Amino acid sequence: MAIVIDKSQRWRVFAAHLFLIVLCALVIFPLLMVISISLRPGNFATGKLIPETISLEHWRFALGIPSMGPDGQMIKPDLPVLLWLWNSVKVATISATVALFLSTTAAYAFARMKFAGKKAALLGLMLMQMFPTVLALIAIHAIFSRIGHVFPLFGVDSHWALVLAYSGGIALHIWTIKGFYETIPGEIEEAATVDGATPWQAFWRVLLPMSLPILMVIFLLAFIGAIIEYPQASVLLRSQDKLTMAAGMKQFLYAQKYLWGDFAAAAILSGLPISIVFILAQRWMISGLTSGANKG
Amino acid sequence: MSMPQALKRFLHPALMILLGLAGLYIVTLVYATGESLLACVMLVTLACFVWIYTSPKTYAYRYLFPGIGAALIFVVFPMLYTVRIGFTNYSSKNLLTFKRATQYLLEETYRAEGATYNSSLYPEGSRWRLRLEDADSGAAFATDPLDLSAEKHLTLKASPSPASLPGEEMAMKDLIDRQAALKAITVQMPDGALVRMTGLREFAPSRLQYARNPDGSLTNNQDHSVIRPNLKSGFYETSDGEQVQPGFQVDIGWKHYVDILKDPGVREPFGQIFIWTITFAALTVVFATSLGMLLAVLLNWESLRFRSVYRLLLFLPYAIPGFISILVFKGLFNNNLGEINIVLSSLFGIKPAWFSDPFLAKTMILIVNTWLGFPYMMVVCMGLIKAIPQDLYEASAVAGAGPITNFFKITVPLIIKPMTPLLISSFAFNFNNFVLISLLTGGRPDILNTSLSAGTTDILATFTYRIAFEGEGQQFGLAAAISTLIFLMVAVISIVQIRATKITQDDKR
Repeated sequence: MAIVIDKSQRWRVFAAHLFLIVLCALVIFPLLMVISISLRPGNFATGKLIPETISLEHWRFALGIPSMGPDGQMIKPDLPVLLWLWNSVKVATISATVALFLSTTAAYAFARMKFAGKKAALLGLMLMQMFPTVLALIAIHAIFSRIGHVFPLFGVDSHWALVLAYSGGIALHIWTIKGFYETIPGEIEEAATVDGATPWQAFWRVLLPMSLPILMVIFLLAFIGAIIEYPQASVLLRSQDKLTMAAGMKQFLYAQKYLWGDFAAAAILSGLPISIVFILAQRWMISGLTSGANKG
Repeated sequence: MSMPQALKRFLHPALMILLGLAGLYIVTLVYATGESLLACVMLVTLACFVWIYTSPKTYAYRYLFPGIGAALIFVVFPMLYTVRIGFTNYSSKNLLTFKRATQYLLEETYRAEGATYNSSLYPEGSRWRLRLEDADSGAAFATDPLDLSAEKHLTLKASPSPASLPGEEMAMKDLIDRQAALKAITVQMPDGALVRMTGLREFAPSRLQYARNPDGSLTNNQDHSVIRPNLKSGFYETSDGEQVQPGFQVDIGWKHYVDILKDPGVREPFGQIFIWTITFAALTVVFATSLGMLLAVLLNWESLRFRSVYRLLLFLPYAIPGFISILVFKGLFNNNLGEINIVLSSLFGIKPAWFSDPFLAKTMILIVNTWLGFPYMMVVCMGLIKAIPQDLYEASAVAGAGPITNFFKITVPLIIKPMTPLLISSFAFNFNNFVLISLLTGGRPDILNTSLSAGTTDILATFTYRIAFEGEGQQFGLAAAISTLIFLMVAVISIVQIRATKITQDDKR
């Protein structure tokens, strides 16, 4: 601490704390509010931050447990939250696996091989990810509805269509993995090749096991990316029981049918695990990426 | 070892030939359904596949093919296809391809003269017998049992039958499910008349509405008029220019672009939305960056305690999935039921109409987007501030400068340059921040008095979505043309960004 400390220092520390606390409160307020809303009775009730009566009706709704209606009949929740969550996890797992396969192989060629058009291809990948897919929604919809005429399995309103649509968005992953491969000395694979390994074996048996940290990171990134993707899912999925969480959530807040409390419970149910995975991945990502960089 | 080696040598080519043949077979099937573009893409993919995985010269491409292929087909191709659609009249009125529209017209039927029959279906095993009863005389006929599980065009003969058939008549619900299969059936009555399904429980003589002529025009069998395809308007037209539904897709050249420039119904909302898009993206970057930078400076201040707690809490908005936090804000800001207005009305007695007043809606969007965006800027700035040499601050302290002078004279000038590429990419991201606008306001409140549905908070990306998927007309063509313009804008932003990145990198050296 070489900076001169003057009298106003204390006041400045106090002001800084005050500012940070107010800001933290603004950040936390919506989150605490959601928890409170999910626990208080009714979808319209307005109340305090700490609800006076705790009601689990919204959690029952979110978990799909039938509840007793006013007329004594059992009512099943009409929005299948758990199914949507399952759809999200399913699509995200498959597309992250596909993305991993597609990007590790392509990155290997970019990092280790010489071929015509390498520079152009790398630049093309860089440019490609600057154009958001949102702008091609019309074409994506048209393409998949046409594919659906021939292969209904891959048409509109199918999870496989979504997986295919996501499989192209790997430009950034290729760049990241390529960067990681380049930090691993090529001599190790060369040694394997001298021992009689084919390039494929050198890749599969030698390079990939060493790249495990980055593969995990890419898998998680692709997984989270697919879970939170909204535009394509909302265009490609139609029927209620096919929707993913991101495409279905807005149905809670229609003006005609305002399910604020049920929404809050569903939001925590789906948002909490994703956020935790993200925060963990974030730490892991930084350590994974830097440990890779140090190896070179 | 020698045996598997030899096997391997044969296995590879054999497998390739098999895969190639299977692929060709599928491509042929696709082509036969009339999807020639899809068949074409598949054929090119197949050819590349066979070439790359057989030629020894293309070894590197074997690793690239799956990934690059997926990127080309599912990212680059849709973008090019968007540009292409921008030159067509593709819309809900002109939805079908020319081929399909023609086929649709050729399958149209009309009711011809002759007796009508009340129809009903009775089970026989897993198959069904069709019973037809003359609506006037009450004479009953029945066909042989038929399979209704698939749609097949066939002609059946009906013969006189007893007044009632065994079993229970097919329920209306099942009837509706099998309507398509039933519509494909023609029944020949004993008197020679051909009848088809004309209602859910009715069969009557019907004839095809149109017959195709060698020159491509269609003759109406009922009134013998001729309709001709008009490749400019995308409709079959009668001799006096009346359009026959359904329309089909045709090229209309630059019409959409001319409309955007000249037609006030398109130009005015487009211009207004364009200005808001830029304002929105720029203000978001300014707000999120200023807040993020300020926080980064504070959190790097060593006299401050609990910094890691603050950092974790302030990072939270970045970790929560956008679609959830945006919807949470949509609920919190709700005009009547939202918690924010409840707090405001109890404190100040005001209830701002966040969703119905254009200015307030825009304010809300900026508040929410700053909330969503500052943590990222904070993290980036913290890293950059750490890299600033401490002795600069020591020197300025010796010179008697206060923290505000330090911030504006040392910190900001030193980190703004390496941040420029990030600021531009943040601008580009928000320029197309579809998810935020679409989930928070959906573009509403709407601009009044426009023929196209457009909103005051719409950005260009949500505007195209609206035109394409939400408006009544589903004007895919116009929406694609606007998307193409956005592509050009994004390209300009990207060029600026690449320039900025290069300058930053050169500086580092």
